[in-house]
Amino acid sequence: MSKDVFVVIEQREGHVQKVGLELLGEAQKLAAVLGEKVVAILLGSNITGKAKMLYEYGADKVIVVDDPMLKLYVTEPYAKALTTVIGLYDPNVVLFGASSIGRDLAPRVAGRVHTGLTADCTKLDVDAENGLLLMTRPAFGGNIMATIVCKNYRPQMATVRPGVMKMPERKEAAECEPEIVRVAFEPSDMNVEIMEVLPKATKSVDITEAKVLVSGGRAVGGAEGFEPLHKLADVLGGEVASSRVGVDSGWIEKDRQVGQTGKTVRPDLYVACGISGAIQHLAGMEDSEFILAINKDATCPMMEIADLGIQGDIKKIVPKLTEAITKFKASKAVDK
Amino acid sequence: MKIAVCIKQVPDTTEVRLDPKTNTLIRDGVPSIINPDDKSGIESALKIKEENPEATVTVVCMGPPQADVALREALAMGCDDAILISGREFGGSDTYATATIIASGLKKVGFDLIITGRQAIDGDTAQVGPQIAEQMKIPQISYAEELKVEGDSVIVKRQFEDCYHIVKAKMPCLVTALSELAKPRYMTVRGIIDAYEKNITVLGFDDLKDMLNPEWIGLNGSPTNVVQSFTKQAKAKGTKLTGLTDDEAVEAIVAKLDELHLI
Repeated sequence: MSKDVFVVIEQREGHVQKVGLELLGEAQKLAAVLGEKVVAILLGSNITGKAKMLYEYGADKVIVVDDPMLKLYVTEPYAKALTTVIGLYDPNVVLFGASSIGRDLAPRVAGRVHTGLTADCTKLDVDAENGLLLMTRPAFGGNIMATIVCKNYRPQMATVRPGVMKMPERKEAAECEPEIVRVAFEPSDMNVEIMEVLPKATKSVDITEAKVLVSGGRAVGGAEGFEPLHKLADVLGGEVASSRVGVDSGWIEKDRQVGQTGKTVRPDLYVACGISGAIQHLAGMEDSEFILAINKDATCPMMEIADLGIQGDIKKIVPKLTEAITKFKASKAVDK
Repeated sequence: MKIAVCIKQVPDTTEVRLDPKTNTLIRDGVPSIINPDDKSGIESALKIKEENPEATVTVVCMGPPQADVALREALAMGCDDAILISGREFGGSDTYATATIIASGLKKVGFDLIITGRQAIDGDTAQVGPQIAEQMKIPQISYAEELKVEGDSVIVKRQFEDCYHIVKAKMPCLVTALSELAKPRYMTVRGIIDAYEKNITVLGFDDLKDMLNPEWIGLNGSPTNVVQSFTKQAKAKGTKLTGLTDDEAVEAIVAKLDELHLI
C-alpha cells in the first residue's frame, strides 16, 4: 500500500534550496496526521553528504540518487531517477518546490507514473474522513481558490511555491545515513545537451528571504523613483520589491516582482508604496505579517487589506519616513 | 519541418473583477484572448518559418467551438493552418487528461517541433506542455527565452531563477515559451482576410479514439478533481488614516513600527 510523505529536495550546484526544507516542515505536519513518515529524496552528483542536513530538518528517511548524470538539471535523467524511486518505495504523497525545476520535473513524472498533480499549492491539508490530501491553490490570477484531490491514483503529487510554507527548525538528528538508490542510466537519457551555463546579468536578489520589503507600484513613476524606496529599505534592513508594473515598464529587475507571476513573500513588514493592489499582486503578499500601505487613493484594494493604510503621496512621505526612522534609531542608540 | 504551436483561449484575467457584494467573479464582458505565453510561441514559430521557408506552422487549440476565434487570430498572424480539438468527451479534463488528448491529435498529424506556452493565465499550472511531451515520449525544454533551429536540432536559452542553460536537443521535441521569447506581431489586414479563407480542421473524439485511452480523458478520466472552490476570505480590517499632513503620517508610521519592534 502507498505510504509516507515524500519531498523532492531541490539542489543547485550541490546547494540544497530552501523550498525543499520548507516542504520538509509541511510534510512533518501531514505525516503526523496520516501516521506516516517523512522521506526526503535527494537527486544530484556528489550530493550524499547533504543527507545529514535533511535528517536535521525533520526527514525520517533520506533517499539519495548520486550520479554524474544528475550534475546539472536535465529533465529526462531526473525524471528517470525519480520514477525509479517512486517505483521502489510507492509513496502516498510526493511534494515538489514550484520552482522552474520543480515545475518542469513534476508534470513529467506525474505523466509517467500516471497520477494527478496539483500546481503551485498554497495550502495542504489531510481530509480527516478519508485521509486524502487536500491541495489548495489559486486560479484565475489569484481571484479564486480551488481545493483539489487525487482520489484514485498514487502518489498524490503537488508543487508548492517557495516562501509559502514555514521553515522547520533544525534539530540534532541521530540518523544521518541515507539509503542509496542506483539508477540504470543510459547515455541516451541525456537527450538534451547543455552547451553552456550563463549566469544572469544582474546579481539575483531573493526577496523571499527578506524580513522587510519596501515595494513600489505605478506611483513610483520610473527607475529613479525606486531610489527613495531603496533608502527606506536600507534603514529598515530590507529589500526593495515591485508590483508587476515596475517590472513590465523596465524600472526594476524581474527578480523583485511580487505576485501571481512573480514571487510569493511573507515578510514581517511589507511596505506597499503606491501599489493599488491588483488581485494578482495581493496573491503574492497578503500573508505578510504586517502590511503598511501608502497611497493617494484611500479606497484602493491595498488600503483595504493593509494593517495600516496611510493616505498620502509616497514621493513626499517615503523620504521623510526614511529620515524619521534614521533619527529614531539614533535616539534609541543614545538611550542605551 | 512541421511546427505545431499549441494555444489556449483564456479569459483576460487582468480584466476579471470580484463582485464586492457576492464575492464572486464577474466574468460578463471579460474578453477572451490567446494566452500570452502561447502567443509568444506563435511569434517564435513564425520567425523560424521566415528563416526556414520550407517550414509550416500549424496552430492547435483544444476547446469549445468558440475557440475558433483564437485560431483565426493565429492564422491572421501568419500560421499556415489550424486544428481545433473539440468534443463533449473532452470536457472537464485536468492537465493529465488534456495532455493525453492534445498529444493524440499531435501524434495523428505528426510534427517535428511542438511549441506550447509555459503556462496559461487562468490556470497557471505550467503542466500541460511537459505532459504532452511525456505522452509523446519526446524531450522537453521548458521556460524558453530564445529559440532557434539548426539543422535537425533546436537550440534554446532556458531560463532558471538564477541562471540560463543554453541547450540543444534533436527534433522531435517540445519547447515551452515564456512571454519574453518573442513579442507577437499584429494581424495584418491581408492576414485577417486570408484567415477567414483558411480551413480549420476539427478533430473530435471519433477522430482520435484510436490514438488515446477513452478512460483517461474528460472529467471521469482526470486523476485530479476540484472538490471545492471559493473566493478568499477578506482579512480583518486594519487602521486607515486619511487626511493627515505628511509629518503626521510619518509620525504615525514610526510609532506603529516602534510598537511592533520593527525599528
